[in-house]
Amino acid sequence: MRLSSLWSLSTLFYILTALFSLFCVYPFVLVLTSSLTDEVELIRNGYSLFPSNWSIAAYKAIFSTSTIPRAYLVTIFVTVVGTCISLIVTSMIAYALSGRKLYYRNHINFIFYFTMLFNGGLVSFYILVTRYLQLTDSIWVYIVPFVLNPWNMFLMRNFFNEIPDELYESSRLEGAGEWRILWQIVLPLSLPALATIGLFYALMYWNSWQPALLFINNDKLFSLQYIIMQIIRNIDIAQNIAVTSTAGSLINTQRPPAFTVRLATAMVTIGPIIFLYPFLQRYFVGGLKVGAIKG
Amino acid sequence: MKHEGIRDLAKNRYIYLMTLPALLFSLIFSYLPLAGIAIAFQDFNPIKGVFGSEFIGFRNFEFFFRGQDWFIVTFNTVFLNILFIGFGTLLSITLAIMLSELGKSLFVRGMQSIMILPNFISWPIVGLFSVAFLTADTGTLDGLMKGLGISDAYMDSSIWPVILLLFSLWKGAGFGAIVYLAAIAGIDKGLYEAAKIDGASRLQCIFRITLPMLKSTIIMLFLLALGGIFSGTLDMIYSLVGDNSFLFPTTDTIDTYVFRTLRTQGSFGMSQAIALYQSIIGFILVLLSNQLVKKFDKDSSIF
Repeated sequence: MRLSSLWSLSTLFYILTALFSLFCVYPFVLVLTSSLTDEVELIRNGYSLFPSNWSIAAYKAIFSTSTIPRAYLVTIFVTVVGTCISLIVTSMIAYALSGRKLYYRNHINFIFYFTMLFNGGLVSFYILVTRYLQLTDSIWVYIVPFVLNPWNMFLMRNFFNEIPDELYESSRLEGAGEWRILWQIVLPLSLPALATIGLFYALMYWNSWQPALLFINNDKLFSLQYIIMQIIRNIDIAQNIAVTSTAGSLINTQRPPAFTVRLATAMVTIGPIIFLYPFLQRYFVGGLKVGAIKG
Repeated sequence: MKHEGIRDLAKNRYIYLMTLPALLFSLIFSYLPLAGIAIAFQDFNPIKGVFGSEFIGFRNFEFFFRGQDWFIVTFNTVFLNILFIGFGTLLSITLAIMLSELGKSLFVRGMQSIMILPNFISWPIVGLFSVAFLTADTGTLDGLMKGLGISDAYMDSSIWPVILLLFSLWKGAGFGAIVYLAAIAGIDKGLYEAAKIDGASRLQCIFRITLPMLKSTIIMLFLLALGGIFSGTLDMIYSLVGDNSFLFPTTDTIDTYVFRTLRTQGSFGMSQAIALYQSIIGFILVLLSNQLVKKFDKDSSIF
């Protein structure tokens, strides 16, 4: 009796969690199969998990025009350079504020706390960037205003706090300067923290679209996410990619794959995340446990 | 006292040097914009700048609060956030408890990975996904929508709180579950063993041990989330709804309103006035929720 009730409860839990997992994975699969569907079939029969006519025309189209590859380059540059700069700035301040090194550490802490509570708003930010910093139409507008995130900074400081003070003391006695302690002792000991916070930053840069919408007019500098944002609203852009790519080919009777190009763009944008995900997720989860409770 | 501080500045000058880039960043991107709050009280002219524009008192606020928009956007912001926080918390806890009961087999860990994945996908991508579901005639949910009497989801605002809720759960509930799962892992295993010896059933264990032990985590995260109910929806709503004015009655929030006023009308003064209204109420809410958290559990407050 008890065994069977035990079994049935587990079954119920398996079914419910599996259903939620399906709910989570379904959109990915749907968009993937739809992006591989023949354009005409997509328009006639709608989005489907099991298309009868497969086609990779959309992916060919994407990579035969320059729009998406260039946005890819922009996004990769922003993500790599941005994450490096962010990690350097964040680990320096987090190291300085960790432990009880500085007399004024609480004052400095408060400076960063306050920025999480109150800000000047989008309008001031917009005017600062366009009028006073003149970053319009510069690739740096994706990076410079977002270099430091106070949440990540405090998260990293909490990681550094775990390193025992004795280690610093003995290195100082050996005559190591602060820079050397940070670079050669603290950072190598904090690789999981660097990975976690680096990934948070990398995702932020990879997923950013607002800077492009607000500050970029030059279409050579659009980021992937911004292209996505545009083609949701406006099929013309996908149409352009599709038409330009088929312009040179002989089969002009074919319909340019505009709708599937949209979906294929989404797939190539999330591709790197999905591909790297199995390697990265243990860091995410580790970082989450520390970060989520305490902020 | 002062003496000690100055001596520390000299002694640890290299460490203070390390704080400089971050402090400089914070000064430029967090503190300088505070001066821009003045724009809320100005007839702002971009050519004259913040220091040259004419002050007009509370006229920008009067303009915003005289119409109906302020009530609609405030209501939508609070209503949608409460919807997301309420259902999100509920689903996350349920998932976490079920996952913890199922153990750590490869299959369960695989399901966990799948559940967290949507959290890492940007809202624009989610916006594109939503097109595949909701587009009239070709979308996969089109049949369901027609059944509900909605011919085109992008023209009918009534269903959108539900759509937004579903996408918010899709993106965040699995991630939230992992946080609660970590809290469950911290519960003393001895409690369960003792209960089992006393003949407690599995459901009794869940309701009498797991949930009560989670109470402080739940309340804390809930209160902290409540502190943010005045903000934080721009990314999601702009990606899913954009400038589709058919949907504004139920989806327009303070964030999207400010964003749109700034982009389309270029009326800096009024945008800033609304943003200031949002910042001040948001600030008060964060302080209040933190005060409540502190009352409830001293160690869990942010400051």
